[in-house]
Amino acid sequence: MSASQTNARALADTPVARVWLQRAGPWLVAAVIALAVPLFMHSSHALTMLSHMGVMVIFALSYNMLLGNTGLLSFGHAVYFGLGGYMAMHMLRYIEATGFGLPLELVPLVGAAGGLLFGLIFGAVSTRRAGVVFAMISLGIGELVSSSSLMFTGFFGGESGLYGNRTVPASLVGAEYSSGLSTYYLVAVWAFIAALAMYLLRKTPLGWMANAVRDNPERAQFVGYSPQMVRFFQFVLASFFAGLAGGLFIIVDEIITAETVGMVQSGVVLLSAYIGGILVFIGPVVGAILVVFLESELSAITNAWLLYFGLLFVAVVMFAPQGLAGLALQWYGAWRAGDWRGSVAARLYAAGSMLVAFLGLVAVIEMAYHLFQHWNPEQPMGLFMFTVNVTNALPWLLAFAVLAAGIAVFIFHARPVMQRAIHASGGDR
Amino acid sequence: MSDHTALALHGLTKDFGRAKIIRGVDLDVPRGERHVIIGPNGAGKSTLFNLISGRMEPTSGAIELFGRGIGGLPPHRINRMGLSRSFQVTNLFQNMTVMQNLRCALLWSRGHGYAFWKLVNAQPDVTARAEELMERLNLTAKRDVQASLLTYAEQRALEIGATIASGAEVLLLDEPTAGMSRSEADAMVELIREITQDCTLVLVEHDLGVVFNLADRITVLVYGEVIASDVPEAVRANAAVQEAYLGTEVH
Repeated sequence: MSASQTNARALADTPVARVWLQRAGPWLVAAVIALAVPLFMHSSHALTMLSHMGVMVIFALSYNMLLGNTGLLSFGHAVYFGLGGYMAMHMLRYIEATGFGLPLELVPLVGAAGGLLFGLIFGAVSTRRAGVVFAMISLGIGELVSSSSLMFTGFFGGESGLYGNRTVPASLVGAEYSSGLSTYYLVAVWAFIAALAMYLLRKTPLGWMANAVRDNPERAQFVGYSPQMVRFFQFVLASFFAGLAGGLFIIVDEIITAETVGMVQSGVVLLSAYIGGILVFIGPVVGAILVVFLESELSAITNAWLLYFGLLFVAVVMFAPQGLAGLALQWYGAWRAGDWRGSVAARLYAAGSMLVAFLGLVAVIEMAYHLFQHWNPEQPMGLFMFTVNVTNALPWLLAFAVLAAGIAVFIFHARPVMQRAIHASGGDR
Repeated sequence: MSDHTALALHGLTKDFGRAKIIRGVDLDVPRGERHVIIGPNGAGKSTLFNLISGRMEPTSGAIELFGRGIGGLPPHRINRMGLSRSFQVTNLFQNMTVMQNLRCALLWSRGHGYAFWKLVNAQPDVTARAEELMERLNLTAKRDVQASLLTYAEQRALEIGATIASGAEVLLLDEPTAGMSRSEADAMVELIREITQDCTLVLVEHDLGVVFNLADRITVLVYGEVIASDVPEAVRANAAVQEAYLGTEVH
């Protein structure tokens, strides 16, 4: 054993060092991954997708400051993302027009300030109540801003939106932002800073009381806190980070349209946070990355990608309300605790039967899309490794048979086997 | 009214539609007193607490805390002026641990407000005070146990602790021993007696053993009116009280 190894062991054995390593470890891993990913994905398409992931990570985390931390279900969070984006875009155009010296790296802060400003205005009217009232008001404000975008064409740029050029402003660090790579790194650095800030915010008095107000607003009042003020501060901070995400978005895309303040965008951020899991910090990060990946890659493979996206959301709501990240952490905990001992094979068997059913379902959906959407349904289509003609009955019979077989095996054999194995090994999960 | 008055009610009434629940209550609670309110079911005891703590607005009359009017203020404002309450039904942050519940209750009174620029765990004054309270509540062993997983008696103790932690000088305790066994109730009375030494205490209580054990003064409330307010011996001897309450409902 070398001296450095001994030193490392000694360091890891001291409790304080270990605690710090445990705390900083996940962040270091995230930073290394974010830095290294462009080594493997360096096409301009991939870099744009990665940048969008970074933007969405900030946006989804800011959304979860409302939903997960404070219990506020917003249907209009894109308002702050979009308005922040427009503010940043106007700044970018101003720099281009006048040569004003704000460096590009700080332009997202203009977006954040915009989010903050509109968060103050709309937050004051919408956070008086939680629950359904808040959700309805957020919906109303979302509609209001969406429809304003058609009226105030000077600010919103009308139907074609506004263009900017990210290569015009100076750079703080002398970087050249004509390439997707440097833009990605700008997004990654901001995403890291914003994520760390939002993580630490959960540990402040405001963050604690946000949880308290979510769980029991009355008790919070009897320890001196106004639930309305707690919601308001959380709302304003969430809007700030949403605006930051918007400011980064216009740097990546160099164009912004009124869609960014719209209902679809508000829906996407809700889905991202929920699919990932709203009760664990990492949840919205996982959800955002997954949703951007599906949007970008699945849409290139199949026309039915929105349908799969919807199915995924419904499946998460029904079977894993803790979200994919929450589920993964739960499984990992059970596995570490030894609850899976003796039942791993049975679990894999059950998962396999579900996979077969899923493949059957995919075949049915794809053939249905081909049949109803293609200009000439009789043209053969590629499905997995086969070429099929969907006007024949045989492919349909086969696809439905695979689907039914997968479900039947799961219900009548795999699930009982799995439950017996779990029972026999003494676990209850 | 003197400087010694902690809590004063003047002609307090509360109507729910046509039903008059509180019909003109006058009450003076001096500083440091342990004042117990008793009365049959439906006498308006809980409504009285809801009025004082700001959960409901009075129909008419005044409520004064240390000489300042608090009638109609929201609960958090009243709490900041030095009054806190516990509930008949346990009312905690169920998803938080014992330690987290106490810390949340301490944050405002320790001046941390809505701060989002400092970490809760890095506030040694809050941590130290929470540890001390936990010790006195005999909950140190349950430090990191979620509130919803505590036993009923422990939840009630934690609730009293959270009420005290908010730094209030006047405490309203709504039936702190409800649903407890004899020995649990006795332990609870001891706990209350011990940790509320510097506070003014107003209790609603059904258990007459607890009442006569703890009270400096007793107010008897019947159909929204005070029919007696005196030291325990005098209340016990009061003919009107015996007829209206003790006589008909001795447990």
